[in-house]
Amino acid sequence: MTVTVRLFASVADAAGCRRLDLPLTEGETVAQVRARLLERYPQLGRFVPVLLYALDEEYVADTAVVPDGATLALIPPVSGG
Amino acid sequence: MLVLVTEDELRPEEAIAAVASPRAGAVNLFLGVVRDHNKERAVRYLVYDAYPEMAEKVMREIVTEACARFALLDCAVLHRTGPLQIGETSLLIAVSSGHRAESFEGGHWLVNEIKKRVPVWKKEVWANGEEWVEGPESLGLQQAPASMR
Repeated sequence: MTVTVRLFASVADAAGCRRLDLPLTEGETVAQVRARLLERYPQLGRFVPVLLYALDEEYVADTAVVPDGATLALIPPVSGG
Repeated sequence: MLVLVTEDELRPEEAIAAVASPRAGAVNLFLGVVRDHNKERAVRYLVYDAYPEMAEKVMREIVTEACARFALLDCAVLHRTGPLQIGETSLLIAVSSGHRAESFEGGHWLVNEIKKRVPVWKKEVWANGEEWVEGPESLGLQQAPASMR
C-alpha cells in the first residue's frame, strides 16, 4: 500500500521536492502519515500549525483515514487571486 | 461554466464569450492584476504555484454555489500560474446575470471565496529576496471545520 504526498509553495521549497510516495499501513490517518513524513523531512515541522490537508482533492481533517493509492496534499495558507 | 488553471496569458474576451447568454442583461468582468508593491515594499514580479486539479475542482464548487446564491446565469473563473510580470492578469472572472446587481454581488463574492479556498499560492520577488505570501488573510480556512471548506 502506498500514499502519494504532494507539496506546494513554501512547503515544497523547504522539502526540496513536490511529490513523493510513502508506504502506507492499513487504517493509517493523515496525522500518522504526516508524522512519518516529518521523520524524513524534519524541516517541515514549522508548517504543521498552519497546514490543511486534502485527500484526493478534498479538504479533510488530520484524523481522516488514508485509503490505499490516495493522494495526500499538504496545503499551506492559500494566497491566490 | 468555464474554470481553468493555466500558465498561459488570460484573455478577457474568452471569459466574456464563455458566459454569454441571450437571457443576460449584465456581464461583470473582474481582472486581478500584478501590482508593483505590497505593504510599502517594491515587487519585481510574482510567481504563482497551484495544485491545479484541486484548484479547478474547488473553483467549480464555488461557481456552483455562486450561481445558486446570486441567481447568476453563468461564470468563468481563470487563474494563471508561473511567473507573472507587473500589470499582467493573474485572476480573471466573468459573471453573467439577468440584471446588474446580481452580477456585481456575485462577482465580488466569487473573488473573496476564491482567495479564501482555492489552493493557489503567490510568491513575491523583490530586488533583494523573495517570500511566499502566507498571511493571516489566508488563515480563515484553517479555523473552519473541514466540512465547511
